[in-house]
Amino acid sequence: MELERLSAVELGRRIAAGELKCSEVVRYFLDRSIERNAALNALIEIDEEALNAAEEIDRRSSRESRRSPLEGVPIVIKDILCMEGKRTTCASRMLENFTAPYTATAVKRLLDGGVLPIGRANMDEFAMGGSTETSYFGVTRNPWDLSRTPGGSSGGSAAALAAGMAPLAVGTDTGGSVRQPSAYCGVVGLKPTYGRISRYGLVAFASSLDQVGPMAHYVEDVAALLQLMAGPDGRDSTSLPAAVDDYLGALGKPLDGLRVGVISEHVEHPDVAPEVRQAVQRAITHLTDLGAALEQVHLALTRYAVPTYYLVAPSEASSNLSRYDGVHYGYRDRPAEGVESPLVSMMSRTRSHGFGDEVKRRVMLGTFALSAGYYDAYYKKALKVRRMIAEEMRRAFERVDVLVGPVAPTPAFSLGENADDPVRMYLQDQFTVAANLAGIPALAVPAGFNDQGLPLAVQLQGAPLSEATLLNVAYHLQQNRFFVPRVAEWK
Amino acid sequence: MTLDACQLVVGLEVHVQLRTQTKLFCGCPTIFGAPANTQVCPVCLGLPGALPVLNRRAVELAVQTGLALNCAIPARTKWDRKNYFYPDLPKGYQISQFDLPICGPGWLEFPDPDAPEHTLRVRLVRAHLEEDAGKSMHDEKSGRGDSRIDLNRAGTPLLEIVTEPDLRSPQAAKAFLTELRLLLTYLDVSDCNMQEGSLRVDANVNLHIDTPSGKVATPIVEVKNLNSFRAVERALAYEQQRQWQQWQRDGKQLGEVPKQTRGWDENQAVTVPQREKEESSDYRYFPDPDLVPIAIDAELIERCRACLGERPLELRLRLQQEYGLTAYDADVIVAQGRALVEYFEMVVAKGASAKRASSWLQQDVLRTLNEQNLTIEQFPIDADKLGELIAAVEKGELENSRARDVFQYYLGHPQAGLEQARAALGIVQVDDRELTELCQKLLDEHPQIVAQAKAGDLKGLGALIGAAKRRNPNVDPRKVRSICQHLIEQQG
Ligand SMILES: [Zn+2]
Repeated sequence: MELERLSAVELGRRIAAGELKCSEVVRYFLDRSIERNAALNALIEIDEEALNAAEEIDRRSSRESRRSPLEGVPIVIKDILCMEGKRTTCASRMLENFTAPYTATAVKRLLDGGVLPIGRANMDEFAMGGSTETSYFGVTRNPWDLSRTPGGSSGGSAAALAAGMAPLAVGTDTGGSVRQPSAYCGVVGLKPTYGRISRYGLVAFASSLDQVGPMAHYVEDVAALLQLMAGPDGRDSTSLPAAVDDYLGALGKPLDGLRVGVISEHVEHPDVAPEVRQAVQRAITHLTDLGAALEQVHLALTRYAVPTYYLVAPSEASSNLSRYDGVHYGYRDRPAEGVESPLVSMMSRTRSHGFGDEVKRRVMLGTFALSAGYYDAYYKKALKVRRMIAEEMRRAFERVDVLVGPVAPTPAFSLGENADDPVRMYLQDQFTVAANLAGIPALAVPAGFNDQGLPLAVQLQGAPLSEATLLNVAYHLQQNRFFVPRVAEWK
Repeated sequence: MTLDACQLVVGLEVHVQLRTQTKLFCGCPTIFGAPANTQVCPVCLGLPGALPVLNRRAVELAVQTGLALNCAIPARTKWDRKNYFYPDLPKGYQISQFDLPICGPGWLEFPDPDAPEHTLRVRLVRAHLEEDAGKSMHDEKSGRGDSRIDLNRAGTPLLEIVTEPDLRSPQAAKAFLTELRLLLTYLDVSDCNMQEGSLRVDANVNLHIDTPSGKVATPIVEVKNLNSFRAVERALAYEQQRQWQQWQRDGKQLGEVPKQTRGWDENQAVTVPQREKEESSDYRYFPDPDLVPIAIDAELIERCRACLGERPLELRLRLQQEYGLTAYDADVIVAQGRALVEYFEMVVAKGASAKRASSWLQQDVLRTLNEQNLTIEQFPIDADKLGELIAAVEKGELENSRARDVFQYYLGHPQAGLEQARAALGIVQVDDRELTELCQKLLDEHPQIVAQAKAGDLKGLGALIGAAKRRNPNVDPRKVRSICQHLIEQQG
């Protein structure tokens, strides 16, 4: 039985119905993970403890009601969400041996729903990167082509899904870190509205942009995961008080009257590869067939999104990462001999050796942008442009329900291809960062494969709290066989 | 040129720990003196992924304080991060307020130490909320220079009150701080305990000097480690001398040298240059993205205003106007706190004159409180009983020294009433005929005193009064004196 072909919701149903034993499901995915991780390095840690919880579920009488449709289904969690008693490394030497003493709200809600974490997914260090090449624990490979990146920063989560190591994954998205790896690996990945899922226990990269995001092969699985994790949290002042929609219940509702906007600036952008452009065109055709009305939308300010993002995110990061100074926890280096202040030396060496180059680059960038004399010209101006971008988006959603466009300009690039050119790497984010700056939900939807067998994808974006609509549109595309969930196999 | 030509100019920064049950951004308790690192959680430890959640009580206390300090309260305030590295700052930044403090400009009026019937006014620049850091403890004994850090205090709410440089003498600075502490005590927003660090003061000091070529200012020095108001007074007096001498030596003016930080050394009674914290002076303030701005609506302001009560300055005036107390007496009573003022008013309401009530409070009550280390709330004699006792003296029913006996009796018998005390102490009214007989008898026994008195020397009468009291403790000494004088005059 190839369990990796089933949706998580279907696995959950079969476990609940007694058609599958939960412990067998967990054992199956653990074995697959162990076997495939050798080639992929998608998981930093594989956790067999989930078997205990699985056996408990198996022992339970069938009369007891299920905690959620995903009860008993294995999941991999990006190694940036705290889980009590588990190592939470952020793929950094700085936290190589850091054991979290508490559990992130999003993870707690998964555990409460009976979802079973079986591994900690690899990522770019502190989620800074778009290729999972900056991980202290080594690069993750793309299951569709081992010479290529799975994308990043949630590359481990996406690769694990694509390889069928787990039916569910959680990533985080600060500038595209869920959507771009989902696109590169051919899975569905959602960045929810800012504040929809609590950030408590999500190790901060850029607090005003970070969001936890559900990932899976099937749209209904992403909806079910969001259903579990979403909602207000008293521990996160920026979490939204609004009640949670019925995401699963919304799937399949007719799309009559749906207004779809095509982002001209993105689709026609010269960086966009022809097959990516064709994928977007194909999606437009499908949506028109499903009854959607089409409109061209101009987002003139989106060309400022990348520079704005690369001021806001590093500025916040430079402050968020100040806590890693070797004093209280995490990596600590020795002070140099004979220095005037061993304390300053210890802190400085800890940060020099505990962080990788990309993290240090961004911390320096942010420190500079916030410095006296530069604040107004950089950070303050970036906040202004950010508000303008959000306003432009808001106006667009007065006219359309969903914006369609590319996720990334190209399919997965080769490992090392952009390693020496940070700006080219940053431009991978040019179509995704605006959603983070504006705080709106955005979904990466698979769109088949190119000639080389690499996954293609399109991006759907919506007004704040329109996740139910985005997921429903994607569900129709899935039902309409615009894409067919597929697991990668390789020799 | 002499020291007279130089004017001391002082501005203060006062950190007040607000009296909240829990910390500013987490649920940890704020109790002082718990074992190190026992009042901590992921939030105040600055663990990865932890997020701050505002304690709204701190906002209320800050608004209350701001209103009492005549500050403008903005409709909206926000949080900013102040970034610097220090071992007792677990996040590498302090959540503070940069450009939109919770309290805008205000002022505090306080009694002029040189003329208590007048007041001085110091303008306040602002007051803002921020979280406290932890405490570093340098373990010298281990010989390895180990440092230990206690984060119990980390995250405790502080209100930093910043004055304009309006203070002109060490005494004025002390008087300002005394009034500020009294006001905060009246508001019950802080413990104001300098030993426990719930009130901390830094002073910015320089001199304005009249020279033939005009006024010049000396470089501003920040003085830290001021552990008592007396230390503030002494350190400022010391700085005045030191800066004057320094200026005579090098003539350096404001802006010609970087701002210096000096620490007050209590034992040596000097200020010494302090090693700066290992921090940059650029704090890279920016709005904290983990917190949302706070709207301060009219309802909150009105609720806080309703909690203010009478402030010390208003109370002093009222006690003078309503009760005819002197400025000095009013100040002594008000300085003891709101509970003692209420006690005083209740004593007067029971029929004691304000003057006598004030004198009983200042002498008998306060002395007892000090001796027995009690607060007025714990004092065994309630205000009604003291009022009744003093009223009896007012009406001549009880002689003053016997009233003091009753007071002492009350201290040992909190349940007793006046009748019981009188009975127990054998207090009965002595009628005039009986008293005259006693006086005549005493005069007969002491002819030399009578003779002296006739010669105009009345010193001996005191001995007669003492003798009378020994024979009958209920006699009124003033009556004894006047009757004796009368009898001697009759003898011719
Ligand atoms: Zn705490």
